[in-house]
Amino acid sequence: MLGSALGLSLSVKAAMKPVTMICPNGHLGFAPLKVDSFHAGVAAKPDYIAADSGSDDVGPVPLATDTSASPKNWQKHDLEEMLLAARKLGVPMIIGSAGDTGSNSRVDIFVDMIREIAERHGLAPFKLGYFYSEVDKETVRAKILGGDQIEGLDGRDPLNEAELDETDQIVAMAGVHPFLRLLEGGAEVIIGGRSSDSAIFASAAIHNGYPEDKAFMLGKLLECASFCAEPYGGKETVMGTISPDGIDVTAMHPDQRCTVASVAGHAMYERSNPFHEYVAGGLLDMTNCNYNQLDEKTTRVTGPKFVHAKQMRVKLEGAGKIGERFVGIAGIRDPHTISHVDQVIEWARAEVRRRFGEDGYELYYSVYGRDGIMGAMEPLRDTPAHELCIVVQGVAPSVEVAEELTLTATRQLFYARLPDVKGTAGGVSFPFDEVMRSSPACRWTINHTMAVTDGLELFPTHIVDIGV
Amino acid sequence: MTRKLVEIAKTIRSKNAGVDKITFDVIFRTENEYKLVCDSGALTRETVAKLYGISQNRITDFVAFDPAYAIKFSILRERPSGSPGDPDIFGAQQYAPLMEIEVPSS
Repeated sequence: MLGSALGLSLSVKAAMKPVTMICPNGHLGFAPLKVDSFHAGVAAKPDYIAADSGSDDVGPVPLATDTSASPKNWQKHDLEEMLLAARKLGVPMIIGSAGDTGSNSRVDIFVDMIREIAERHGLAPFKLGYFYSEVDKETVRAKILGGDQIEGLDGRDPLNEAELDETDQIVAMAGVHPFLRLLEGGAEVIIGGRSSDSAIFASAAIHNGYPEDKAFMLGKLLECASFCAEPYGGKETVMGTISPDGIDVTAMHPDQRCTVASVAGHAMYERSNPFHEYVAGGLLDMTNCNYNQLDEKTTRVTGPKFVHAKQMRVKLEGAGKIGERFVGIAGIRDPHTISHVDQVIEWARAEVRRRFGEDGYELYYSVYGRDGIMGAMEPLRDTPAHELCIVVQGVAPSVEVAEELTLTATRQLFYARLPDVKGTAGGVSFPFDEVMRSSPACRWTINHTMAVTDGLELFPTHIVDIGV
Repeated sequence: MTRKLVEIAKTIRSKNAGVDKITFDVIFRTENEYKLVCDSGALTRETVAKLYGISQNRITDFVAFDPAYAIKFSILRERPSGSPGDPDIFGAQQYAPLMEIEVPSS
C-alpha cells in the first residue's frame, strides 16, 4: 500500500514540468511597471503573467467611498502591457484585487479596460474570467444574529451590529478557489476581486498539479515583484519557477539579483510574523524553509509547509465614512511660541468648543517638527525644531460645518493669547489663508474573519468571450 | 564601547502589517553582526517599549529570524491606519528612533 502510494507520487513527480510565471508589479496601478525588465521577462516565455493590484495600505478611504487610489491611466498602462504580452505568448494573465480594493465596481472597471484594450489592438478572441468579492452587510448581519461569530483579527473584538452599521463597504479576501474555478473553466485572462496576494500565483501552480506548500511559497515570493530582489528598486519584473526541486526566483532587471538575503528578507515583509502567512483555508508555514543561491540572479527556496485550517474562514475588510474633512496648515517660527505650542493649540480648541460645542465633530492637530509623524511614540518630542508646521484636520457630518470647523481651528491659532509673547501681530504663519477640502474621513471598521462552507461561497465567478 | 544600531544594520524599516499593526525589520549583512545585536540585550521587547513609550502588551510579536539575519517585531497601532489623525498611513517612518540605539560592541 505504502509502496504503491510512493510509486505514484514518484511517477507524478517525474511527470511534473517546471512552471514559470512573471510578476511585473506588486501593486498594479499604484505606480506604473518598468517596461524594460518586463519585456526581458516576457522574452523568457513564462507560462503565466500575473500581478496583484490591491492593498489595504492605501487606507480606508477607497473602500469606504468605492474609489481607487490609483489613477486609471496607470492601471490601464500595466493592463495593456500585460494583456498584449500574454495574448502574444498565448499564456494566461491573472490579476487579483482589482483597482486597490477589489470591490465589484473595480472589477467591472478592469474588465471594461481589458475589453477596450483588446478591441483597440484587434486581439483575437479569448475567454475572460472574473469574480466578485463584495459581501453584503445583511449576509454578515445574518451570521452575527445566527450566532456565527465574526472573529476579530489583531486584537479586535468580535464584530457587533453597531460596528457593522458604521460600515459602508465590505470585501472578502479570496484564496485560490475562485481563480482555480476560472482556470479550470478555460479563462485566459482573469480579473479578480479582493484576494490574497499569494493566491493569485498559487492558483496557477496548483492548477498545474503542484502541492499547496510550494504553490503558496511561490506566491509569497512573487507577490511584490522586485521587492524580493536587491538592490532596492520597485516595479521591476521578477520570474518565479516552480518545479519538483523547489521554488526559484530570478530578477529580470540587469542590475538586480534575488539573493538569499533579499528573498528571505522579503518573506517577512509586511507581516507581523516572518514564519506564517494566513490565507483562506490554511496557513503557509515557512519555519523550516531553506534558501540557497542558485546562480547570480536566482535564489531557490525549499521546505515550506501548508497547514490546512480546521474550519474554512475568510478575512473580511470593511471601511466606513465618518464625515467630511477639511485640512488647514500653519507655521510657527517664534521660539517662545514653539515652546508653548500646546497652549496655542488649546486656545484654538477652546474657540472651536465655544462655537461648535463638545462633540459632533473630530479635530486633530499634527505638529511637524515635534511629533507630527510619531505622535505619542516620539522619543524626541521634548526637543522641537526651530520651526514647526501644524496640520489641522477637522471632520464633521456636512461639508459646510467641516469647513467652518477647520477654519476656526486653524485661524484661531493666529489669535492665541500667549503670555509674554513678543510678537503681538499674529502667532502663526499661514502659507495660504484658507482650508482645503480633502477626501472624507474614513475608518477601517472590519478586520475580521468569517466562517464559510467552502472557498467559493462569497466569490461568484463569470466567464465571457472577448472579441467574438 | 558601544556602536549605534544604524552603523551595524543593513536595513532598518517599518511598514504596515495589516490595518492594525506596524511591523519593524532590522536586517544585518552578516551572521556576526546579527548575533552581536541579538545577544547584546540592546534590542528587546523591553528596550523597544521603553524607547517608544508604550506598554509591552502593544508589542505583539518579537522574533529573531535567522534566514534573513533579521530581528522583527510588531506594534499594535493606536488607531487603524488612515483614520483621521493618523499621520503615517503606511507606517513607513516609525523606525527612526531605532537607529540611535546604542549596542555594546566589545
